[in-house]
Amino acid sequence: MFDALSDRLDGIFSKLRSRGRLTEKDVDEISREIRLALLEADVNVRVVKSFIGRVKERAVGAEVAKALDPGQQFIKIVHEELVATLGGTTGKLTMSPKPPTVLMLAGLQGSGKTTAAAKLAKLLKSQGLHPLLVGADLQRPAAVEQLRVLAGRVDVPFYSEATDPVSVARGAIEEAQRLGRNFVIVDTAGRLQIDNDLMDELKAIAAAVQPQNTLLVVDAMTGQEAVNVAEAFNDAVGLDGVILTKIDGDARGGAALSVKEVVGKPILFAGTGEKLDEFEPFHPDRMASRILGMGDVLTLIEKVEATFEEGEKRKAEEILESGRLTLEDFLEQMQQIKRMGPLQNVLGMLPGVPKEVRNAEIDDKDIGRIEAIIRSMTPEERRKPELINGSRRTRIAQGSGTSTSEINNLLKQFKQVQTMMKGMGGLTRKAKGKGKKGKGNKLKGPKLPTGGGLTGSGLPGGLPGFPPR
Amino acid sequence: MLVVILVVLVALVLVSAGVIVAVRAAGRSKARGPLAGEPTAPPVERAVATPTPTVDELEALLRAPDVEAPPAEVPAPEAPEIVERPRLRDRLGGTRKAFSGAFGRIRGRKIDDDTWDELEESLLLADVGMLTTTRLLDAVRTGAKETSATEPDELIALLRDEVVALLADDADRSLRLTPGEQNVWMFVGVNGVGKTTTIGKLAAQRVEEGHRVVLAAGDTFRAAAADQLQLWAERTGGELVRGQEGADPSSVVFDAMSAAASRGADLVLVDTAGRLHTKKNLMDELSKLRRIVDRTPGALKEVMLVIDASTGQNGLVQAKQFAEAVDVTGIALTKLDGTSKGGIVLAIQAELGIPVKVVGVGEGTGDLIEFDPAEFASALFSDDV
Repeated sequence: MFDALSDRLDGIFSKLRSRGRLTEKDVDEISREIRLALLEADVNVRVVKSFIGRVKERAVGAEVAKALDPGQQFIKIVHEELVATLGGTTGKLTMSPKPPTVLMLAGLQGSGKTTAAAKLAKLLKSQGLHPLLVGADLQRPAAVEQLRVLAGRVDVPFYSEATDPVSVARGAIEEAQRLGRNFVIVDTAGRLQIDNDLMDELKAIAAAVQPQNTLLVVDAMTGQEAVNVAEAFNDAVGLDGVILTKIDGDARGGAALSVKEVVGKPILFAGTGEKLDEFEPFHPDRMASRILGMGDVLTLIEKVEATFEEGEKRKAEEILESGRLTLEDFLEQMQQIKRMGPLQNVLGMLPGVPKEVRNAEIDDKDIGRIEAIIRSMTPEERRKPELINGSRRTRIAQGSGTSTSEINNLLKQFKQVQTMMKGMGGLTRKAKGKGKKGKGNKLKGPKLPTGGGLTGSGLPGGLPGFPPR
Repeated sequence: MLVVILVVLVALVLVSAGVIVAVRAAGRSKARGPLAGEPTAPPVERAVATPTPTVDELEALLRAPDVEAPPAEVPAPEAPEIVERPRLRDRLGGTRKAFSGAFGRIRGRKIDDDTWDELEESLLLADVGMLTTTRLLDAVRTGAKETSATEPDELIALLRDEVVALLADDADRSLRLTPGEQNVWMFVGVNGVGKTTTIGKLAAQRVEEGHRVVLAAGDTFRAAAADQLQLWAERTGGELVRGQEGADPSSVVFDAMSAAASRGADLVLVDTAGRLHTKKNLMDELSKLRRIVDRTPGALKEVMLVIDASTGQNGLVQAKQFAEAVDVTGIALTKLDGTSKGGIVLAIQAELGIPVKVVGVGEGTGDLIEFDPAEFASALFSDDV
């Protein structure tokens, strides 16, 4: 539905290349496209305006004009500017000199506060802190119950009482002192920022317990409204940071940029899934790539992590290292990839994939035909496709309900990719070798090739490196 | 083509996997654990029917702002009269202000580039989205040429007409309910949009109208979701059918339909677990749920996609994916009583042709009203701020 920014700009840039330098008019044209990309990512209209202003300023300057490839340089500026905006300040939770440290969560209904509270408790606990979860959402009796259950699941003590939110919060501090907990996480009721009564209540809670950290919980799917919400909550209780939830969907998450720009407070954490450990510190660079619609290799890697069993990963690695991919392996790996979700989505995460490929309608059912073909081969044929002669072909076609030309096609293309695989094997070996030497604690990943016959243009400066692990 | 894509995909995924293993191996050889801030994700199983309930289960409660209303405020037995339902216009203060605010700036000036920019910005700020905004403004431009409009007010009038035209196609916006037979309405959507609340409000209204309503707690991941629906059942006089925690939602739906048949209830409202439209297995589960309902031919009258009014452009993608999975018949737009603009309504109607049928505009049971495009449009453009 959305074109990646790089696709949009391709057309303009190919025109530019023949000229070699950017005129002001070119910059305007490109800026319009960037504006469009940002708007489609739900970045607030007004934020887009000021953002484009900054980018233009840099672009019109010498920076772009001198670059060999002005287009790529331009996207790089946008990307850098986005990263800077999203993560200019490194966010950290403030610890109180006198324990317990208090953290309060606030936000609209349905943004994911209670879940975030439990996930945060789990994360902090893993870092050696001793959190206490506090259910101060007394609007709905079940909210307290919900947090109680979650607290049990992350094995963190829980506190609430059937009085009023302010008393609960006060009582929680005492309880924390009694239990020797050094971090109190207060969950509050969801509220509209225009609901004065409830906003007053939030202020009262804040006044009573003086939280060192007041975090706004924002749904990544929020549109233009995010700015109003952030402003209102910041005005009312003074925010210290933001938690962005539900980023495991495909929303571009422009809300993150908008909120950061408007309240100037860092995005500290991101909720990345439904499970309680799917919560992590926020990565500005990934979000920037995502807003621009550039491939998200990091997410892809994480998906692989989550989907592939350890043994399967090792097997994949072996195949890769040897550079020998058989049809048997292919079939097996296909099953794994299918578990990662619709192919279209997985494809979308790959950088440098040309638009035609990315937008190709892939019906997961088509894969069934390919599977059928491979399954109709004998194990030997799968290992040595060159064995397949005319009569075998006919047999396979009959067995799989396909035609011999389809089989030819598959075999031919498979062979091409096999060649390509050999090139890739070297890369992994290199990565592994580096790792084994154990030099330094950061391992820079190799740059992925953009894939044999698929000549992708698009991603500036190759792929982002893999994160240090 | 497909083969190339697939093979390259496999290859790239292999590379990723290889790198992970390599990096892991490096980590191990150094005998260093993961940093506290960067927990390495252990391989997670992603089966749909995880026996242990997940966070998703508990997130349900967040979805129901309505339950937050202090119980005293909801005198369910003496239900409010239908006549007193709020007008959409009265509840769209936020939206109206945004529009008129922008229009205030362009009024009394002559039409220039700034005028068009302001119009565009107002629409974008309302989450209408670039595509639909451009479409609307192009139409206004054409209209302006034809009528040789010179005043910004004329443009605004043209824009209003275009919005009405966009919304007021022949879509049937009533929630279909055939008396004397079993009717099933299913509610789907991403997490936290207000599915359970919407069901609660609709149950209250239909019971009030004299229907016998069964609420099916199809969100079996979370015991709490069923509890929440239970609350609504008690409040509204509907009957709840729930399953064991972790049970197959399909069985709950099946039971609910059987129960409704034997008790002579004519309406079954099916709640489902919130799910992101990108999770294939969960979407498949939803399709299966629909097939269960379809076993009674003609019973399924509505598949309502619930969308939060503050949703941005992702709302379109949601609508598309859910429509593919369960063939959505209409949209319930919730939480429109804030300053959220709900402009995504225009985009969804324009792009996908899925009509908005009901709108949530407040916390009370009466605050779920039928969507009226003309009223919505005029509420957007009315001047009496």
